[in-house]
Amino acid sequence: MTKWLEQPLSWENALFFTAMAVVFLLIVLLYVVYAILFERKVLGWMQWRHGPNRLGPWGMFQTVADVLKLLFKEDTIPRKADRALFIIAPALCYAPSFAVLAVIPYTRELYFADLNVAVVYYAALSAISTIAIVLGGWASNNKYSLLGGMRSGAQMISYEVPLVLSIVGTVMMTGSMNLRKIVEAQGDWFWQWNFLPQIIGFGVFLVAAVSELNRSPFDLPEAESELVAGYHTEYSGFRFAFFMLAEYVYMFAIAGLASVLFLGGWRPPAPFLDFIPGIVWMILKMAFVIFFLFWLRATMPRVRIDQLMGFAWKVLLPLAILNVFVTAVGLELFIKG
Amino acid sequence: MEKYVNSYVIVVVFVALGILLPMVALAAGRILRPNKPTAEKQMTYESGNDPVGEGQVRYNIRYYLYALMFVIFDVETVFLYPWAVAYNQLGLFALVEMLIFTALLLVGLFYAWKKRVLKWDSI
Repeated sequence: MTKWLEQPLSWENALFFTAMAVVFLLIVLLYVVYAILFERKVLGWMQWRHGPNRLGPWGMFQTVADVLKLLFKEDTIPRKADRALFIIAPALCYAPSFAVLAVIPYTRELYFADLNVAVVYYAALSAISTIAIVLGGWASNNKYSLLGGMRSGAQMISYEVPLVLSIVGTVMMTGSMNLRKIVEAQGDWFWQWNFLPQIIGFGVFLVAAVSELNRSPFDLPEAESELVAGYHTEYSGFRFAFFMLAEYVYMFAIAGLASVLFLGGWRPPAPFLDFIPGIVWMILKMAFVIFFLFWLRATMPRVRIDQLMGFAWKVLLPLAILNVFVTAVGLELFIKG
Repeated sequence: MEKYVNSYVIVVVFVALGILLPMVALAAGRILRPNKPTAEKQMTYESGNDPVGEGQVRYNIRYYLYALMFVIFDVETVFLYPWAVAYNQLGLFALVEMLIFTALLLVGLFYAWKKRVLKWDSI
């Protein structure tokens, strides 16, 4: 990819980039299909049952069948809904979730856009999905949807602040927002990766990321027991599918971001494991982060909304700011000497 | 320079694909799916009852207060990032300056806390 990026722009190169992006899109869609299956399997095992096992060996085609069912399902738009906004919302939710994947480097050679503002790009684009969720909740003209959309908006903006602040420490240690440089700056052994010197930042990042993804234990926007399905109550068929798709693509993005920022990206945990290609390590790390999210969902009960908002502002935000200054003092004392 | 231009071309391609996929999928779905609307189907869902009143009601002020606090602290993060990137060249003076800036904002957070903005049942 480096070779292509350093050539002057021509139509051939633009076509090559488009082809790469399309291939990547197909890989991401395949990942989403099997992430959903894997989630249901993991939840099944953790709750002492089998999970999906009827369609194909090991339930392999369960999600494929679900997608087909959604595609053939009648699409109902409520009469009272704001039609234009109702139609825009799922697309607006999904588009940034795929766009953020452009900046994540998968190995030293395999990456797409090499931006110097990658971290800010991620934060800026992922915030657009919040607007889409509030919009979907509002446009549905449904009480459950409005409650879910508003809760989701409040939750996502509250957790965005600690999420973005928790990355500042990592950026300071590297002196760059370029995700490739952040990986390159981490050491060869696994204890030299950013998650140990940035242990506070890593903790804040993980909690805030789970909340940004609207996943259990912070899945209040779609709390089934009180809000039916939250902001997508009125959505059916493929419009609903795009909200779900966005959620799972964001999981992919957060897993990639966590691996790159804190877990050494494509680096092996020890220098002598170098013979295994970087992409394997990257996939393993991302799979572990995604498994961790499923694990949390099976383990933790849902928190209350007041606990949730209080936690963001009273605990995570001061911790994230503390982390910035601990890092600054640490750099002053140990690196500059 | 080439790298810079090419990277943003890729970003544009990704954004375009992100917008195209829902359009293509929903257009394909329009051909495949049945469409037999009835008045009952198009009614707003309210757990089986006939919906009462409007769905788009005036909403609790609390969410607005959170939005205000978000704006303040998000601007802080925007200031923090350039500082963080350049920190190794800036030295102790920049650290003290940023400490003062953050302390001022934390006074604001403390004020909101004391004013019970962060307490869910205060209004």
